[in-house]
Amino acid sequence: MSDGTVNLAAVFEESQIQEVLDQLDRELVGLKPVKTRIREIAALLLVDRLRRSLDLAAGAPPLHMCFTGNPGTGKTTVAMRMAEILHRLGYVRKGHLVAVTRDDLVGQYIGHTAPKTREVLKKAMGGVLFIDEAYYLYRPENERDYGQESIEILLQVMENNRDDLVVILAGYKDRMDRFFQSNPGMSSRIAHHIDFPDYAPDELFAIAELMLSQLQYRFSPAAERAFHEYIERRMQLPHFANARSIRNALDRARLRQANRLFQRRDAALTRDDLVAIDEPDVRASRVFSGGLDAQRADAGTEGSDPAGVSPAAQAPRPDADPAGVTRNESRKVTN
Amino acid sequence: MKLTQGTFSFLPDLTDEQIRAQIEYCLKNDWAVSVEYTDDPHPRNTYWEMFGQPLFDLKDAAGVFAEVQNCRKTFPNHYIKVNAFDASYGWETVRLSFIVSRPASEPGFALEREEGKGRNVRYRLRSYAGVKPSGERY
Repeated sequence: MSDGTVNLAAVFEESQIQEVLDQLDRELVGLKPVKTRIREIAALLLVDRLRRSLDLAAGAPPLHMCFTGNPGTGKTTVAMRMAEILHRLGYVRKGHLVAVTRDDLVGQYIGHTAPKTREVLKKAMGGVLFIDEAYYLYRPENERDYGQESIEILLQVMENNRDDLVVILAGYKDRMDRFFQSNPGMSSRIAHHIDFPDYAPDELFAIAELMLSQLQYRFSPAAERAFHEYIERRMQLPHFANARSIRNALDRARLRQANRLFQRRDAALTRDDLVAIDEPDVRASRVFSGGLDAQRADAGTEGSDPAGVSPAAQAPRPDADPAGVTRNESRKVTN
Repeated sequence: MKLTQGTFSFLPDLTDEQIRAQIEYCLKNDWAVSVEYTDDPHPRNTYWEMFGQPLFDLKDAAGVFAEVQNCRKTFPNHYIKVNAFDASYGWETVRLSFIVSRPASEPGFALEREEGKGRNVRYRLRSYAGVKPSGERY
């Protein structure tokens, strides 16, 4: 570099960032704004490294982040990746992730909080500290709550030990906004506020296929159609949690598939039988029967569907709470 | 008189950077590092006070070094050492221990001889600073 020129492409190549970004693209569906921001950060850190090689001022930018989004939009998954990416870029020294919640930071009696928070911070040094549902740290309704103390120590370390650790806060958007309103110091020390959008139905299906292929399962063509339909319906129901709902649905489909295979256990099974999730496995979900119940009132437009619905799934189900229904359903399947 | 003890007693005092590197080495070997201080550095005094809690499960030297700095600030005129404890089976002992901080002036020790029966001589080490009560020694 004595001639004062530097080769950005070479540095980029050397850092193997592309590999990480590609992996991110492969394994995380959608999340456009998130990926864009990660690219920007990667570019900034690379340029910074070049500047340093030419003895230009290159203050490490603070990289504390806040991930907001609905449940199941991939906040924790991205945080894990972020630790690795920042490690590759040489921003953090070790690249491990310490995931904590309020309980790990806030003590139960006077004088308990500070050592507890400091201990967690020390463990996270050289890596990333991920605070899930960070808004629970601040409880305005209780003025003697020790959360405030924890926040103050966090702020202090975020400011003074910028080179040592990156703090990522995560939580639901509205609650996070309220948290920042009452803690403006925290908001201003966080450089990147990244909002995780909800997934579109197509993205959810891509996620499902990705999850299945990781487990070495696949959909049969009929099941594929059924699952598309399942996604559309599930999104209308309450307590929809994006990718998490999809994962739960797949887990239940696997349960039903196993049960289906078990019922004809005398027949010889091929490898294909073990791998394929078939239409009935998907259709047996209460989302279809629940949807039917709801629509029966407005003249049963979905009358063409029930072909694949198992008798048990058609049983009347007044309970609209998905958790409760899920329990019923799994009990039914295991019987 | 410069007091020396522990692993690097034959070397000049370590710089902060060297201390960090040593701590990094300890953590790489999965040893639990702790910080201790005393104002009674008699060679036979093995019981130094522990500063804070022992630091388990750390990945990076920054955490330990912050504790060292903290201890230096709290006890600017004490001896401070860093210990690394190896909990693995067969060792279960301190593997590395070195002084990271010392008082500005070290008066040292007096060697006293006591003549006993039959011209028998007994030796005694007395710390000049140790005569004063704890807290006012250095």
